[in-house]
Amino acid sequence: MILVVLDHDGTKLRKGSLEALTRARTLAQALGEKVAGVLLAEAGAPLEEARGYVETLYVAELGPYTAEKWAAGILEAAKGGVKAIVAPSSRQSRAYMGRVAYALKAGLLEDTLESWAEGGEVYAIRYAYLNRVTQKVKSAPPVALTVKPNTTPLAEPLGQGGEVVALQVPPVATVEVLERVQEEKKGVSLTEADVVVTGGRGMGSAEAFKLVEELAALLGGAVGATRAVVDAGWRPYGEQVGQTGKTVQPTLYIALGVSGAVQHLAGMNKSKYIVAVNKDPEAPIFKHADYGIVGDVHQVLPALIGAVKKLKD
Amino acid sequence: MKFIAVIRQVPDGESRLRIQGNRVDLSSATLILDQMDEYGVEEALRLKEKHGGEAIVVGFGPERTEEAIRTALAMGMDRGIHVVHEGYADPVTVAEALAPVIREESPTLVLTGGQQADWDSQALGAALAEALGVPVIPWTTAIELEGETVRAKHDLDEGAEWVRVKLPAVFTTQQGLNEPRYPTLPGIMKAKKKEVKKVAFQGNSRVEILEETIQEKARLQRILDGKDPVAAAEELVRLLHEEAKVI
Ligand SMILES: Cc1cc2nc3c(=O)[nH]c(=O)nc-3n(C[C@H](O)[C@H](O)[C@H](O)COP(=O)(O)OP(=O)(O)OC[C@H]3O[C@@H](n4cnc5c(N)ncnc54)[C@H](O)[C@@H]3O)c2cc1C
Repeated sequence: MILVVLDHDGTKLRKGSLEALTRARTLAQALGEKVAGVLLAEAGAPLEEARGYVETLYVAELGPYTAEKWAAGILEAAKGGVKAIVAPSSRQSRAYMGRVAYALKAGLLEDTLESWAEGGEVYAIRYAYLNRVTQKVKSAPPVALTVKPNTTPLAEPLGQGGEVVALQVPPVATVEVLERVQEEKKGVSLTEADVVVTGGRGMGSAEAFKLVEELAALLGGAVGATRAVVDAGWRPYGEQVGQTGKTVQPTLYIALGVSGAVQHLAGMNKSKYIVAVNKDPEAPIFKHADYGIVGDVHQVLPALIGAVKKLKD
Repeated sequence: MKFIAVIRQVPDGESRLRIQGNRVDLSSATLILDQMDEYGVEEALRLKEKHGGEAIVVGFGPERTEEAIRTALAMGMDRGIHVVHEGYADPVTVAEALAPVIREESPTLVLTGGQQADWDSQALGAALAEALGVPVIPWTTAIELEGETVRAKHDLDEGAEWVRVKLPAVFTTQQGLNEPRYPTLPGIMKAKKKEVKKVAFQGNSRVEILEETIQEKARLQRILDGKDPVAAAEELVRLLHEEAKVI
């Protein structure tokens, strides 16, 4: 069996789950296995939608997410024996897949860009060294594999709903969730956006991000931020790009008043085109830029907005 | 109370990487205590300073990793344990190697970095927690020890949450948790005499690295002068529209 963790937002499957399904189907074909799904539900989870993608769907009601409960649910679904468990890469999946991989003594292939099976073994391509190096890796089954977002075509439904199997998940020692600090989500999601406009400390203030938002909206993109900006409280953590934030790979990445520290580059250096605006011609970001302007962002950004508007008219 | 920080030695993110025979060659790179792990060392020191007890650094890696262990000792950790292993090992294998050593110490809590700056793995904390049979709190930004529990804040994919967890537990760290201190000269002198116990590990990584390549995309580097911001902005937009065809 190839087991796919069908991650969802409470009402529908996340795009990453459909990418994971595609990867799982490829592995299943090469290894002569069947694909099953596991849906770890909270009330309102997309059971009908999930059934449409797999022949067997394991379901457990576990309440709010914790890594321990999710790992226990997946392990219960995997009891019949698995060659691979596939999940979308997310901060949460990293926690439960680390546990699952250990419990199954599986080869953990994290954040893969591609994966395939050959001669009974599973191969994958992934980044390492803060995204500077590309690695080809392999492991014999069982493997626990996570799929980097936006790397894989989305799976199509099978056409008929699969069998639903309810799981009995034994209770586990876990954390007690006291309070969720939700962040207001607006506009395009950062990791899926085709254009990302990021402001750094060079923006000078939280107010100055109004113009960053305006440029992002004009280009149909999302707003990003550096750690320095998040630490200053100008933008929410959910917008942080970098080693401890999100990894993005848009067609166009615009960095405004961003110095280009390695930890920031780690989150965006695979973007197709990188544009930088910085008043310091020696700023490291220029070494990683395709296009740039040496200048004061407070003058250049309004001018950029004007020029884009002119182009669109 | 016993606070354990798990660390590794990695190349400095600024140092140049070379490829030799299809693999990254670190022989000319500057190697440092992983900055993510440094937050764990700092937090262990602060917890010890506030609540008493002992702070132990556990390192995994080849012989040279002892340098990073000594750095942590110079910051103030009391003693070190070095699980010696040459070459790459996946997080499950590393957790397998570290778990018996950590279990023997019966720690109050265990800290490790949220992501490794060389293998880019974010799973060691979770794998270690599974190996020890305790909960994991990844990407922690606040740790408050309250008797036998910890109240902690940590980041999720969207937003964050406050949790309470019964100890022992594993916490993974990140920027924002604290500001790591620098080793002092007396600290460095003292660190030389502190105990570092060596433990050999004869395991086999389940994951094998077959090939590594550096693919730094060649960038166009067409940098315009912004003295006339309007002209520069219009030229940039023209290039993005006509040349790159991205807007
Ligand atoms: C373990 C670890 C993890 C980290 N993770 C992350 C991460 O995920 N993401 C992240 O971003 N950082 C991360 N960092 C922090 C990182 O090292 C940098 O400190 C951070 O990226 C700097 O942000 P910045 O470029 O906005 O600010 P600065 O470095 O302060 O740069 C500001 C830039 O703006 C320019 N500037 C100033 N005024 C103007 C103006 N008026 N017009 C034009 N330009 C101007 C300056 O020339 C400068 O280049 C991490 C650090 C560590 C140690």
